[in-house]
Amino acid sequence: MFQYVAARLLWLVPTILAMALVTFLVMHATPGSPLDPIAEGANPLPPEAQKKLAEYYGLDKPLYQQFAIFVGKAVRGDFGFSFVYKTRTVAEILRETFPISLFLGSMALALAVAGGLTLGILAAVHQNRGWDYVSVSLATVGVAVPNFVLAVFLIILFSFVIPLFPTGGWDSPRDWVLPTITLAMAPMGIIARFTRASMLEVIRADFTLTARAKGLSEGPVIFKHALKSALIPVVTLLGPLFAAVGTGSFFVESIFRVPGMGRFFVLSMTGRDYPMIMAVVLSYGVFLAVMNLLVDLAYGALDPRIRY
Amino acid sequence: MALSTRALGTDPPGASTVPVVVDPTTTSVRGTSLWRDAVRRLVRNRLAMAGGIVIVVLVLIAVFADVLAPLPYTKTNFGRLNESPSRQYPLGTDALGRDVFSRMIYGARVSMLVGLGAQLIVVAIGVPIGALSGYMGGRTDLFLTRFIDVMYAFPRLLFVILVMSMLGAGLMNIFIAIGLTGWVGIARQTRAQVLALKEKEFVDAARGLGAGFTRLLTRHILPNALTPIVVAVTFGIPEAIFTEAALSFIGVGINPPTPSWGQMVGEGQQFIRSYWHLCVFPAIAIAITMLSFTFFGDGVRDALDPKMK
Repeated sequence: MFQYVAARLLWLVPTILAMALVTFLVMHATPGSPLDPIAEGANPLPPEAQKKLAEYYGLDKPLYQQFAIFVGKAVRGDFGFSFVYKTRTVAEILRETFPISLFLGSMALALAVAGGLTLGILAAVHQNRGWDYVSVSLATVGVAVPNFVLAVFLIILFSFVIPLFPTGGWDSPRDWVLPTITLAMAPMGIIARFTRASMLEVIRADFTLTARAKGLSEGPVIFKHALKSALIPVVTLLGPLFAAVGTGSFFVESIFRVPGMGRFFVLSMTGRDYPMIMAVVLSYGVFLAVMNLLVDLAYGALDPRIRY
Repeated sequence: MALSTRALGTDPPGASTVPVVVDPTTTSVRGTSLWRDAVRRLVRNRLAMAGGIVIVVLVLIAVFADVLAPLPYTKTNFGRLNESPSRQYPLGTDALGRDVFSRMIYGARVSMLVGLGAQLIVVAIGVPIGALSGYMGGRTDLFLTRFIDVMYAFPRLLFVILVMSMLGAGLMNIFIAIGLTGWVGIARQTRAQVLALKEKEFVDAARGLGAGFTRLLTRHILPNALTPIVVAVTFGIPEAIFTEAALSFIGVGINPPTPSWGQMVGEGQQFIRSYWHLCVFPAIAIAITMLSFTFFGDGVRDALDPKMK
């Protein structure tokens, strides 16, 4: 067990390094430079100024040196100053915005798990009847329709037709409702689909039959016997779902004007804010890798057949 | 079929009166071939067929956009900005007085082009890498799988956005970005298939008969690995359409003035309070397209692999 965790943690290092390298190469191999004017068609800075700035940010050094310097500083949590928000360090911006994104993501994931499990169980118990169709269609819509499209429909429905929630902002809990639902729809659909499939399998298993045969009523059969083993494959899903919620929040945050990390991300990309891009990509990478590890460990704890 | 036509073709003219005897065993095997069986199952699936019909209509709209659109997509009318739907402008006008209806029709072009075209690139990159990795084994495999794993660890959309904002907006760059990121899944699938198939007896037999590397791979292994690849491609189409819409939504996808549904939603949603019609219609178009491809894809998967249902 300990060995397994240690090995997985060690593997994290080359993976993250490779990620950093790929991102770094993509940034530097493509035409354009952070010293280019942001506005289209604007006059470029005079050459002397460009040289000074390049020197200041270390952009004049050879690429391998730049990468080495970056890695050296990043290990200590220092990502330098943002190129776009010149007076603020990247770490500062992330400290401010990451908790908001994390909060939104956690709410969405909680809703997705609760809703997805409910829909999946309902669908399996009522296979090929009303509830099954309702939950399968809801799941399909959630999975297939992009969240920024869902957001438009939800705003029209719940801000205009029935004015229950505001169209955006992040001040009161009422503002949290629509972004959370929008972000939760896709993972909810995936969870519902998997729960349904795995429940259907378990419901037909011999041990469920045994539970029924010894006279248990439907409730305990489903919740005590079937659900426990049906959950195991669903847990493996959580890893990819973290990723879906993470990237999904770029769109949700920009539509609902949530002051999280997502909005900075797109701006930093188009502005070629190298330090910011590296920091955002890597924090997502580390976050996902750690979450995947936790999920794998939880999987082992749930399923006695798995030993590390 | 192929057998009987060949027999007819090589028959001497005088012998054509002799009825061609077709071996009953071959015809019955052909009758229930995997593909024909799959098509039959697919046609019987109503939801998948409905999706398929919508897809055909969308492709037709994309091809005949010039004929169908009442106005060119760049035609501005500064006297009538942000107008609600009317008789003259069935879906209203946008912030530059352009006809939303015409722009929607042209938007189908981008979606279909990206959805179908990007898959060609994805297959062209993913299948050879996966096949090579699985077939060669050893160090090549180790290197390639490590590379695939790293690419897999990247949040897909994050990487596409990164590549797009570095390359700049444009249709060609969307193809590049999706091609660079999309091959990973297909490569994994192909590798797993090749790995399993290369140990099979029929491959051994072909090798024993002297088939070389290329022939083994292209004639014996890959045709048998086709099913999961086809399924992956079918699901790759809506994913590519989604990617384009998402990129255009945040402004790093299609270059204006070329219309794309994602871009129209992105621009329209900023004014959703005052001019709801700007983003609702393209949003509906994206939703319908995505659902159609998903239903069709589900149908294809169930048809090719009945066990998966």
